Amino acid sequence: MVDVTPADAVPPAEVAEMELYHPHSWWTKYVFSQDAKVIAVQYSATATAIGLVALMLSWLMRLQLGFPGTFDFITPEAYYQFITMHGMIMVIYLLTALFLGGFGNYLIPLMVGARDMVFPYVNMLSYWVYLLAVLVLVSSFFAPGGPTGAGWTLYPPQAITSGTPGGQDWGIILMLSSLILFIIGFTMGGLNYVVTVLQGRTRGMTLMRLPLTVWGIFTATVMALLAFPALFVACVMMLLDRLLGTSFFMPAIVEMGQQLQHNGGSPILFQHLFWFFGHPEVYIVALPAFGIVSDLISTHARKNIFGYRMMVWAIIAIGALSFVVWAHHMYVSGMNPYFGFFFATTTLIIAVPTAIKVYNWVLTLWRGDIHLTIPMLFALAFIVTFVNGGLTGLFLGNVVVDVPLSDTMFVVAHFHMVMGVAPILVIFGAIYHWYPKVTGRMLNETLGRFHFWVTFLGAYLIFFPMHYLGLMGIPRRYAELTDMNIMTESAHHLNSFISIMAFIVGFAQMVFLFNLIWSIRHGREAGGNPWRATTLEWQTPETPPAHGNFGKELPIVYRWAYDYSVPGAKEDFIPQNVPGSFGPSREPA
Amino acid sequence: MAIVLVLVLIVVGSVLFHLLSPWWWTPIASNWDYIDNTIIISFWITGIVFAAVVLFMAYCVFRFRHREGNRAAYEPENKRLESWLMIATAAGVTALLVPGLFVWSRFVNVPGDAADIEVIGQQWQWSFRLPGKDGKLGTSDTRIVSAENPLGIVPGDPNGQDDVVVEAADLHLPVGKPVKVLLRSIDVLHDFYIPEFRAKMDMIPGSVTYFWFTPTRTGTFQVLCAELCGQGHPLMHGVVMVDTEQDYLAWLGQQQTFAQLSAPKQTGSANQPSEKTIASSLDVAAKLETLEAR
Repeated sequence: MVDVTPADAVPPAEVAEMELYHPHSWWTKYVFSQDAKVIAVQYSATATAIGLVALMLSWLMRLQLGFPGTFDFITPEAYYQFITMHGMIMVIYLLTALFLGGFGNYLIPLMVGARDMVFPYVNMLSYWVYLLAVLVLVSSFFAPGGPTGAGWTLYPPQAITSGTPGGQDWGIILMLSSLILFIIGFTMGGLNYVVTVLQGRTRGMTLMRLPLTVWGIFTATVMALLAFPALFVACVMMLLDRLLGTSFFMPAIVEMGQQLQHNGGSPILFQHLFWFFGHPEVYIVALPAFGIVSDLISTHARKNIFGYRMMVWAIIAIGALSFVVWAHHMYVSGMNPYFGFFFATTTLIIAVPTAIKVYNWVLTLWRGDIHLTIPMLFALAFIVTFVNGGLTGLFLGNVVVDVPLSDTMFVVAHFHMVMGVAPILVIFGAIYHWYPKVTGRMLNETLGRFHFWVTFLGAYLIFFPMHYLGLMGIPRRYAELTDMNIMTESAHHLNSFISIMAFIVGFAQMVFLFNLIWSIRHGREAGGNPWRATTLEWQTPETPPAHGNFGKELPIVYRWAYDYSVPGAKEDFIPQNVPGSFGPSREPA
Repeated sequence: MAIVLVLVLIVVGSVLFHLLSPWWWTPIASNWDYIDNTIIISFWITGIVFAAVVLFMAYCVFRFRHREGNRAAYEPENKRLESWLMIATAAGVTALLVPGLFVWSRFVNVPGDAADIEVIGQQWQWSFRLPGKDGKLGTSDTRIVSAENPLGIVPGDPNGQDDVVVEAADLHLPVGKPVKVLLRSIDVLHDFYIPEFRAKMDMIPGSVTYFWFTPTRTGTFQVLCAELCGQGHPLMHGVVMVDTEQDYLAWLGQQQTFAQLSAPKQTGSANQPSEKTIASSLDVAAKLETLEAR
């Protein structure tokens, strides 16, 4: 698919450029900024900060699981609060916010050749509403009764009854309010990302020339705009049940000998709403990772991504299919079991486009010129963990196999591998890759390699053996693993081992944070295009790019994003804004 | 180059771990060895794919690592290869799905001779109800649950009078007889889970859910709750004992019916299981006669 526009065939600009609103003061430049790049850094910093809280919560959980009975302050109540907040923060406030709010804001305008997002003011608001959502969430740690301990799935009735921490206190109210705020904030940002990709592309940047990073973030955003409303209404309905005594999700219940004033509601309705959001959410996190990792592999293997068009269609197919698989989270929920046939089939069909993406990443390495840079190492590690986690998904998606494994540690191991470890490895690779553009300096190489090896091997050693605890039948979400007949002495040892690995991996993240801060001043000067990459963000006149991104003239795009090692070309990369054919040109297939 | 070695070690290590580690499923005690077999098929197919992808990747990194003067090939697409890979993947997925759906249809279709039993979950204990001589469970309603009628059995329903009530005590089942487990909760979501039986299902207040199985060996099995149900969740244990037919009937003979429990009593209440087990020492035949007389 050689697709080069001759220099004289570039269409004229459709609309004249408008002057951006430039900041006049320090406050409007760095705090209430309308520059997508500043907003991206704000999003990323906030997400990282709250992510650290979630990391520490995971340590507390692992203390309890690895060394049961040793730490008196970890009561079952506290344990459930830790797992709930850990899960919710990691999935929503860290991964979603970082991929879309962080990488989306930074990369979309730069990669499509726009000066900024199309609605800069709304974009700014999006961040501040997100920050408010995070603050409301954090406030629940200090509220009477503490945060909710309903599990990140927040299933009613238990989410709002007194047997669950925070159920009849402030915890659940603050959690639901925070989610509602998050969704409002996200919608503002999300509309921006979608409109910018559709309307803000520079001349020559056709959709089929977009870097896969943009395709991934764009599709994920469209999905999020369609999926989050389901969570939004579920949160509102549960708030009404909790505060006004409605019965959307609440049937007649006798709790602790007490007849509650609810009647006729359906707890399983909440599960459908939750997972109608919750399953696409997995891909909202995964698709940006798919896109980014494609670009990392292509750039660092100095080779075009293999099967670009197939990659784009696979992203779209996965995005569409992920809306018809939600009930595979509910095989043993008590829904009509005949649904299992449909949802198992759709779920396993998703494996096909997903597998194609994996093949194409690996085939991009084939006959490449592989530079084992830190971003490339993280990309390789991503493939290992994603394939591993994806394949165990074939167990859980295959309805009858799910019956013994659901609600066990197998599920915990699976989803951490596939939507925890794998996307976070991509995030790390992406940060090592784009940090030089954001700051103008490289991250420290030695610290980076240390961070890579400990994180990759440690995470694999945590989650691979954990599957086998689930195969034994050990349930998840157990604050106490004592008095359980199937729990052997050796399984306790394995749990202790997993906990120790978790502390080590956590420590490596502190080294990474240190590197992020230290390298701002002390890193090696990067120059404008240290990786010799083709996409537009590396072609800006200044590094870091100034407000408006591209100086006087917007770039014009003549080719796709993957012209690496083109036969006949002098360099092994041709930036998208460089005109002219090189070597034997092949017709588009 | 360390990464090449590590990738190979990950494959070798994972396979060895799978084969040699002591962590494996508990010996099965139900008819759902079909499920175990499906898991084994899944391990084979996914294991081969995992090893193939990671080893191929290791080879690529080794063979095509950057050396001075190297240049990558330029090959944007290869329709033939992409189609073949897609077909192979679809075949693999089908090989997983077809046996899976076949077993699932067994799982959802309860055999006609399965005996109904009811499991009632509440924070944080298990209770059970057996249909009695008429083979029918009486209707129930959470809204009439009280200290005297903890399972909410509707007193006006004649089918419910002979129902055997096992409140917060062990359930016994006869070996080799299929049972349809009807699941009910009076407060929040729970999940009736016995690892050795492989099957599990959530219980939802306001609904009755089900699954079925046939216990295949006698023994004592621990019941776990597999759906987070509040802070007592990890302590919500119960016991199911699979007995020979004879032992089962002996146990059944000691249980009380709903009618007996709701009859006025001098001491104790229906809430204290220890007392009611002591109170009844009728043998099965005598008990059945009494029931018939009512």
